Amino acid sequence: MSATEPLMEVRDIEKHFPLTRGIVLARRAGAVKAVDGVSFDVLRGETLGIVGETGCGKSTTARLMVRLLEPTAGTVRFEGEDITRLRGGRLKAVRRELQMVFQDPYSSLNPRKTVGSIVAEPFAIHGLHTERAERREQVKGLMDRVGLNPEHYNRYPHEFSGGQRQRIGVARALALGPKLLIADEPVSALDVSIQAQVLNLLRELQRDMGLTLVLISHDLSVVRHMCDRVAVMYAGKIVELAENEALYSEPSHPYTRELLAAVPGARSDRRTITG
Amino acid sequence: MSTVEEPPLLRVEDLRVEFPTEDGVVKAVDGITYEVGRGRTLGIVGESGSGKTVAAMTVLGLTRVQGARISGRVVFEGVDLLGLDEGALQRIRGNEIAMIFQDPSTALHPLYKVGAQIVEAVRAHQDVTKAAARKRTIELLGLVGIPDPGTRVDDYPHEFSGGMRQRAMIAMALANEPRLLIADEPTTALDVTVQAQILALLERLRAELGMAIVIVTHDIGVVAEMADEIAVMYAGRIVEMAATETLLNRPEHPYTWGLLRSIPKLDGPRLERLEPIKGSPPSLIDPPSGCHFHPRCEYAQPDHARIDPELLPLPDDPSHSVACLLEPQMRRKLWEESV
Repeated sequence: MSATEPLMEVRDIEKHFPLTRGIVLARRAGAVKAVDGVSFDVLRGETLGIVGETGCGKSTTARLMVRLLEPTAGTVRFEGEDITRLRGGRLKAVRRELQMVFQDPYSSLNPRKTVGSIVAEPFAIHGLHTERAERREQVKGLMDRVGLNPEHYNRYPHEFSGGQRQRIGVARALALGPKLLIADEPVSALDVSIQAQVLNLLRELQRDMGLTLVLISHDLSVVRHMCDRVAVMYAGKIVELAENEALYSEPSHPYTRELLAAVPGARSDRRTITG
Repeated sequence: MSTVEEPPLLRVEDLRVEFPTEDGVVKAVDGITYEVGRGRTLGIVGESGSGKTVAAMTVLGLTRVQGARISGRVVFEGVDLLGLDEGALQRIRGNEIAMIFQDPSTALHPLYKVGAQIVEAVRAHQDVTKAAARKRTIELLGLVGIPDPGTRVDDYPHEFSGGMRQRAMIAMALANEPRLLIADEPTTALDVTVQAQILALLERLRAELGMAIVIVTHDIGVVAEMADEIAVMYAGRIVEMAATETLLNRPEHPYTWGLLRSIPKLDGPRLERLEPIKGSPPSLIDPPSGCHFHPRCEYAQPDHARIDPELLPLPDDPSHSVACLLEPQMRRKLWEESV
């Protein structure tokens, strides 16, 4: 396996959700083509951005990549292995390498569990660090790594602010030492002054741990700041995929141009933000 | 132009709103003062918990819940709205002052046709027949850019997209040609292309109808293009207020600096890292002593934990006010060094 080989290859994936009519005798009445033939590579160590508006299929794509959903057609290869139809133990093993950070730090953490047990749950699922004291040390190390006070091990999610909760989500995703981290709108639920903290954390982790990061976002300026390459999705398809600089300076697809023009106040050639 | 200065359309004076809770008294709005002139747009920018929404809702008497303690003055066209009873306020609400809310999918009743809901708003304040109100509704839907308004008037809210629902909310708000429109995060729930359309629509309506707008948002980018003036709120107070150009190019308050710096840009060099504001927004039950921002301010001096700064106009620009204990020369130097 060479280092230049992509970490993940996504080929022609489709995800159609059936629409049914009738309650007792449900008949298929068509399908929502949430993802409609998408192909791209995720390169080792890069940050790939996927941008698009509500309903363009970007979150569905993320879920297909980590096999939280099974595609209707197409393949997803991770390190050369086709993971599209994996089941059981083999799927569980691959999941260790693919982790996800979710959008809403309020609903993605179980309110009745302590932070320590939330972060330790991946260990429990995969039967790692079974010795109690060792598990605790691992969890504390992770909490420290994402900028949380390890002494807050026994606290509950409600005792943390939104930004801190998102750090808990990141710590949980890192627990198994994944190769690929997919962050689905990781900062859109956070206050502006806190967004920058979480974005900086993701960048540091990526650099220090050699992670490959896929960032899903509707926010073009966040993606520009974070990503090496950017895919623009529209109606279930990728309409443009380009290097960061090229996409923002010379967008070639009309939809990308429209998206960029729509961002209020973010360009300095208009009445604008400096600093 | 007369030489005598015209009184502003709206003047909010030392407004305070407190909510007693089990954990203590939440000082949601802690003494704010601002004015909005006829046909002007004021942007109120703040993060969640800064009191911006409570401040906006209080103008319309929407925070008069049991136990809420409200003081100060809200003078609209020479009348203090805080002194009015519910009935008198009802005649102003939706008539002379209208409000649009953040989430257009929850602000419309799902079981009534969109048109019927706007007809209701028209007839609440105007003595017109149903037919006339319906005609006006179709006209309003056309004005806010709903295609084929004569047909869409009979649609239910679920048949509208998010952007169309927000347009319908704006149509409803405009039903009685208000002189003031309060828009609370009008585009936050919308996609960026739809957001641009809604902002352009508000701008056009302001120009055509001459109404004033107060736009409340966490996104300084939204008000950068629309507002004549911007007020920045932090922990229930206005910490800086100035003309939009001035606030964006020569901000004086370290919190405003932080807000501007922590947002990634669409052009200019890509930075290695963003400069976040350290810490998190404070509790409004037990706000920090002295300058409320001092625990997060990198330029805080020891006595800033003791002295509470007032919002004062700058000596050389009375239209620019700031509540900061740093020396003006010092602030200017710090900002210029960082740009």
